Amino acid sequence: MNEALLRSLTPSVLAILVRRGADFAAAEDAVQDALVEAVRVWPADPPRDAKGWLVTVAWRKFLDAARSDAARRRREDLVDEEPAHGPAPAVDDTLQLYFLCAHPSLTPSSAVALTLRAVGGLTTRQIAQAYLVPEATMAQRISRAKRTVSGVRFDQPGDVATVLRVLYLVFNEGYSGDVDLAAEAIRLTRQLAAAIDHPEVAGLLALMLLHHARRAARTAPDGSLVPLAEQDRGRWDTGLIAEGVEILQAALARDRLGEFQAQAAIAALHADAPTAEETDWVQIVEWYDELTRLTDSPVVRLNRAVAVGEADGPRAGLAALAELDASLPRHTAVAAYLHERDGDLDTAARLYAEAAHEAPNLAERTHLTRQAARLNARRCR
Amino acid sequence: MAKYLLLKHYRGAPAAVNDVPMDQWTPEEISAHVQYMNDFAARLEKTGEFVDGQALAPEGAWVRYDGEGRPPVTDGPFAETKDLIAGWMVIDVDSYERAVELAGELSAAPGAGGKPIHEWLEVRPFLTATPTITECH
Repeated sequence: MNEALLRSLTPSVLAILVRRGADFAAAEDAVQDALVEAVRVWPADPPRDAKGWLVTVAWRKFLDAARSDAARRRREDLVDEEPAHGPAPAVDDTLQLYFLCAHPSLTPSSAVALTLRAVGGLTTRQIAQAYLVPEATMAQRISRAKRTVSGVRFDQPGDVATVLRVLYLVFNEGYSGDVDLAAEAIRLTRQLAAAIDHPEVAGLLALMLLHHARRAARTAPDGSLVPLAEQDRGRWDTGLIAEGVEILQAALARDRLGEFQAQAAIAALHADAPTAEETDWVQIVEWYDELTRLTDSPVVRLNRAVAVGEADGPRAGLAALAELDASLPRHTAVAAYLHERDGDLDTAARLYAEAAHEAPNLAERTHLTRQAARLNARRCR
Repeated sequence: MAKYLLLKHYRGAPAAVNDVPMDQWTPEEISAHVQYMNDFAARLEKTGEFVDGQALAPEGAWVRYDGEGRPPVTDGPFAETKDLIAGWMVIDVDSYERAVELAGELSAAPGAGGKPIHEWLEVRPFLTATPTITECH
């Protein structure tokens, strides 16, 4: 049984239950129960109509839960007037679920958890493992999130930008466990792109695909980071790159530029270079200028300084860096890199060691320490 | 079974025998060290003795309550002399002897020149849950 296929039915099944009058929180529980039952039953007895099966079972689970809770009279009434089985709902419903799960009243971590469960169909245990928290903690986070959005009307239009931020978080902050969160984020973004025609949704999907294409080349066998310039480009996934570029080009042709399209354009320029030396840094700087106009983000300006260093030489990069707040994350690492390119190896080694001290994760710390060690070892010989 | 905390310090522990800062090692020596640490944790997972391991950033602050309606007081970054924890591993083992044995192995991780660091690690037993039978006989 294809579990991803099963989970792809989650949002539309959930939306049908909500349309039939089930409240969101109870419907979401019922759909989870139905998914668990499907995993148990389908291998031996696969249904002809998978979605119909899930709707039937989830609705029964919902009714069972409502009936067993005598205090909840309102749902009892609902049972008596079971609605007719109408036509399959429009894709719109899936979109409404994305909006609900990324509702601005939710904190980012709650929105991520709720999206993965209610739209992605992951179990609480899987989400907890992925984010390295106890299952009980994640269960609480999800049920609080459901309570928070319980008063939100299901047919209210939402803001695509908040949904994209949540999906980007899932893609970028995937940690561990048996669920590949980056792949899951791509799946959910694909599903969203099918539900809404929006250039920034396409832009985010292209960005994810282009980054994902480099995944195998990004880590060495010992788990250490391999910087872009040193990656074995033969290990990049050309299929994903081609798809990402195609999606991006179609989005850019719409002439409604946004930050994800601009980021994807930069990723595409890297993907397009047969060797690191052939990278079109001048165009990349231009895209960073666009991004700066769009977001005015200091992180973008920091990345721009690196690109300027490649396009116009390390001195120009250092000059661009000098205009930025030195307390920015990774500022020291960028300074170390530019000083090395400029031939000042002593300063570079000292700054790499300092950057390692400030690194936000172990892989980066080890990488930066190794950079310092590489320069120090050269100097000693 | 009993749980022990193995604590690694940035500062505050007695000096290691092979006490060379990591950025003075060769890149290959760093790789060998990282590999040793990964293998160690993987082996403890296989033997069913690994519980948890985390690394901590060297920067942090002291924080305390400052009264009703006032924001907490913070003080930091830590002074240079402060005893500073770098990370921990929690193990669940049959005896104190086993905990010491494992801490010894962890301390043998290779450093500069590919030789063991002989780093001092702190071994701290967890206070246990109250046993079912507490009466004396």
